[in-house]
Amino acid sequence: MKAIWQVCLMSALLALAAPALAALNVFATVPEWGALAEELGGDKVKVYVATNALQDPHHIEAKPSLIAGARNADLVVATGAELEIGWLPLVTQRAGNPKVQPGKPGYFEAAAFVTMLEKPARLDRADGDVHPGGNPHIQTDPRNVLRVAAPLTARLMELDPANAAYYQERGKAFAERFGTAIGNWEKLAAPLKGAPIVVQHKAFTYLIAWLGMNEVAALEPKPGVEPTTAWLSEVLALLQRQPAKMVIRAAYQSDRPSQWIAERAKIDAVALPFTVGGTPEARDLFGLYDDTIVRLLKGTK
Amino acid sequence: MPSPLLVRSALALALVMAADVHAATDADLAEIRAQIRQLKESYEARIEALEQRLQAAEANASAKAVPAAASVASSTATPAVPAAAAPAAAVASASPPPTGGISAFNPAISAVLQGAYANLSRDPNKYALAGFAPSGDIVPAPRSFSIAESELALSASVDDKFYGNLIFSLTPENTVSVEEAYGVYTAAPYGIAPKFGRFLSSIGYLNDQHQHAWDFYDAPLVYQAFLGGQYQNNGLQVKWVAPTDLFVELGAEVGSGESFPGNSRNKNGTGNGNAYVHIGGDVDASSSWRAGLSYLQTAAKDREYSQLDTTGNDAQLAFTGKSRIAIADFVWKWSPNGNAQERNFKLQGEYFWRRENGDLTYDADGALGLTQNGGYRSDQNGFYVQGVYQFMPAWRVGVRYDWLNPGSVDFGSNGAYFGNTSFNPQRTAVMLDWTPSEFSRFRVQFQQAKLRPDFTDNEIFVQYILTLGAHGAHNF
Repeated sequence: MKAIWQVCLMSALLALAAPALAALNVFATVPEWGALAEELGGDKVKVYVATNALQDPHHIEAKPSLIAGARNADLVVATGAELEIGWLPLVTQRAGNPKVQPGKPGYFEAAAFVTMLEKPARLDRADGDVHPGGNPHIQTDPRNVLRVAAPLTARLMELDPANAAYYQERGKAFAERFGTAIGNWEKLAAPLKGAPIVVQHKAFTYLIAWLGMNEVAALEPKPGVEPTTAWLSEVLALLQRQPAKMVIRAAYQSDRPSQWIAERAKIDAVALPFTVGGTPEARDLFGLYDDTIVRLLKGTK
Repeated sequence: MPSPLLVRSALALALVMAADVHAATDADLAEIRAQIRQLKESYEARIEALEQRLQAAEANASAKAVPAAASVASSTATPAVPAAAAPAAAVASASPPPTGGISAFNPAISAVLQGAYANLSRDPNKYALAGFAPSGDIVPAPRSFSIAESELALSASVDDKFYGNLIFSLTPENTVSVEEAYGVYTAAPYGIAPKFGRFLSSIGYLNDQHQHAWDFYDAPLVYQAFLGGQYQNNGLQVKWVAPTDLFVELGAEVGSGESFPGNSRNKNGTGNGNAYVHIGGDVDASSSWRAGLSYLQTAAKDREYSQLDTTGNDAQLAFTGKSRIAIADFVWKWSPNGNAQERNFKLQGEYFWRRENGDLTYDADGALGLTQNGGYRSDQNGFYVQGVYQFMPAWRVGVRYDWLNPGSVDFGSNGAYFGNTSFNPQRTAVMLDWTPSEFSRFRVQFQQAKLRPDFTDNEIFVQYILTLGAHGAHNF
């Protein structure tokens, strides 16, 4: 007992005595915010990304590694809108890091700076996995990333005043480059306007709104509910009346429902990166939308 | 032992509460705010410009489809409107006003409804573990249909420094009990989160998980034999997560010691002390693990139970002395690329060791007229290991094996009445569950329990767990 306490106290003292690291530690819940933090923070930030593109962001567990990651964070960058409700509150609480608790400057939710779509008119779990704040997959529209970049830059400046000018400079440069890129993507994606598509999960609402595509159906009968054969047959019947160009899904999702419908409706099944790292081409935020549009264009051919 | 521990934890707590976090000077802040404002303005201008371009492009695109003459009018007219309207819209969406009114600060509420159908080949009222004297809370469900404990939980931030949580359970016998009722001091620096009140102790792996989160219907035998189910602590807990890449969590608790194997002793000071260390991390994107060592020391005064003696009398016994428990636990989880939606596997095991020494009163109630006090010392251990595999979305299968070693028990001068048993109680369980969403689960479990030398119980449970209200946490 006594020995354990001595070890405890010793390691606590050692930890306190360790010199503070120069870099700002950023804990990003999902890859897109990790990539954005890297764009904005450059070598002044050290980014820990809690999840990868092949994980379903709704269903993450508060793993020990995540708690350790949040323990050292100066800033948590989350999507918000209850995307991380199942694990992030537990992680920040168990990490015992007062800097990154909700309401503190070290806690940042991207959804607060974006116009949310699909806010449910009624809240009932009979409607599936509904998010009261609206559809949380905001990163599928790059304009939302740009909207988040400004307040995130401001937050980095606030947390690390010594490097405020640096962040400001990088923020401006990123907005310029990314703004130009958005213009190019929009030109490139012009043929997609009005294209009828099917989604596996309602994960692309913002992408569809951005490019003016037309969501004909979803393979999940209700958000977050696994597709059943009966439901897929209904979707198939619908597609026979109202044909779609392709069925799209996020990289983390099983390809079975998409393949099922694609084979029968004779359309393409397209896997989109969904976030940074979802495909080999989606190495960063620029690659993410480059690849998304390339894949969509291939699907319409 | 507990008193120096108490002093130290109290000191630690006092230090933590006294610590003050210094802020930057006002001048610095003003400067940063100015810079932020400037930055915001430049971004807003840029986004506006983009939105205008998009509008213009859309207008052009639609105009091209319709008569060409209209395109001049539309491309000049449209940008003027969003330029004025967009910032207002952005402000409105940036911070959606929370709904007000008297209920605005209501805590998060959730309820768990549980029930089961049990088919037991042996009478559950005669449930016992050979060689062990656990508390009475471990009897399995009654036969046929029954509801299990329903749980109601309320939690919210109290203010800027505290968080509160109350979980009470409504038992099938129509009584209410407080499972957990604690506050957490959230503003403590250095990764310490002091908890106080009544809470499930964080010793072992399964102990601080609520029953509805378990992967099997009932608790492993080691929990039943050594902790009487689960160890509830009334007191104080301090946990500290080390600022390292490897997850290292140290924790210590003190409390009244009234939970089994201790009991209420009507004394000042602390009745139990626990300490534990948990470490964990990721092997790669697919595998994560956690391991822990825990130690619990408590004491009992006249802890009563009954046991058959060598002459066949159901003798009333009372134990007074110290109880020490050590636990080693391990959990390993696998899922392809860390995506547990499709398939995943979980392996967990815990080893318990307990030593009790003190005095034992034979025939404590004098029913046999043989009341006699003697020394007592026991060294016992056991383990369980279980694996659960999700083979397709929503469906899991699991296997669990339980084993107990009654070890050596020295009854001192009461040795004439009791012999040592070399029989190892054991149990094997298989289960299948269906989880249509994260809020509902249905389970079938079959197990064969050999808990006494002449005893084999075949048990079948069908169980449901429904969760209402606030979204629960995905514990590791």
